[in-house]
Amino acid sequence: MAVAGRSTEPEPRSTFGWVAPRISAEFPGLGISWIEVEGRPGRSPRPVVDRLAETSNRFYGAHAVHMRERPIPWAYRVFFRQIGLDPDRTRTPVEQLALDRLQDGAFKTHGLPGDALTIATIETGIALRAFDAARIEGALCIRDSAPGESLPGRPGKLAHGTLVIADERGPVGLLFGATGEGREVDRDTRRISVAAVQVEGVPQIAVDEALWMVAGVLEVA
Amino acid sequence: MPDLLAAELRVDGDERLARVELRRQIGRLEAELASLVAEAFPRLRIDVAVAAVASAPRALGLGDLEEVRDSLATRVGEARQQLRGQDELETRNRELLDRMLASPADFKWVQISRDDIGAPGCGHWHSRPRFGLLGMLMGWWRVRVSSGCPLSGRLAAVER
Repeated sequence: MAVAGRSTEPEPRSTFGWVAPRISAEFPGLGISWIEVEGRPGRSPRPVVDRLAETSNRFYGAHAVHMRERPIPWAYRVFFRQIGLDPDRTRTPVEQLALDRLQDGAFKTHGLPGDALTIATIETGIALRAFDAARIEGALCIRDSAPGESLPGRPGKLAHGTLVIADERGPVGLLFGATGEGREVDRDTRRISVAAVQVEGVPQIAVDEALWMVAGVLEVA
Repeated sequence: MPDLLAAELRVDGDERLARVELRRQIGRLEAELASLVAEAFPRLRIDVAVAAVASAPRALGLGDLEEVRDSLATRVGEARQQLRGQDELETRNRELLDRMLASPADFKWVQISRDDIGAPGCGHWHSRPRFGLLGMLMGWWRVRVSSGCPLSGRLAAVER
């Protein structure tokens, strides 16, 4: 029997990407996994907008302040510090959403797949990225950039050793930063790769839950 | 050649252990800072900014990790001091309030808010004379307690 709001389909299987050995040795808990789901960008349907509103109503200023004490948001904050970023300037994904929620008064809808990522990130704290699956070649990985590499469509070369998410062709985006041009979801996208970046202290079950949640929301659409 | 390789690895291994230890310390300090921020909220806004040491994400070397660790340690120290100062101020204000409640005439026109004693919500205690000028001349002082936060209905009425 189907439960309301849940699919009877088996959960989509996530694929594990690889982390460059030198980076993995430095950051033992670092990982990337992703799922591919059918979906195209567009306006969010009513159930998704309602769910976003419901998530907004459950989220207050005190949540934002205490968020950094919770294990998963804390783990991302620590990782940001460890890779040289200040999480109070370059916000972790979940903290950026929390700040937007407080400034806008609600989690504003940005259509799909953005709303799906918002819901899953707020519910689980996991850092998620969406790419156009058709423009990703082979497995995703986390590695440091090689000399002379650049992010597609972005001016200038990446500083040697910049941590990037890459596929077999090259970098597709900065780790916790800009996405390369042509790799993001756009109007021609028909399949979406949703990637979760895991850091030390983040349990695998939370990553799986986040990916399933995105898949569930996109399925509703 | 194998000896050289081993020596190189050992040095790298030692440095790696140092980096691991620094990362552990950064994690601990971040947790401490987070709990201080939460403890201070909403009474006090603590500055937690620690300048980024890189413009893009990268695996930091020993020097950069040390810089982050030291900056965080400084921030934690400052936050603790700020909190301690605020606690002391609130304690002094609570004692003042007790004395004012016991003897309003000795604290003429003094006003203490809930914020001043670290209590949540709106409102204040105000030492003022009963019956205005007459009370002032007669020395009839009392502490008046405000009625708290404005009701949302009233605010809505004002906005209309």
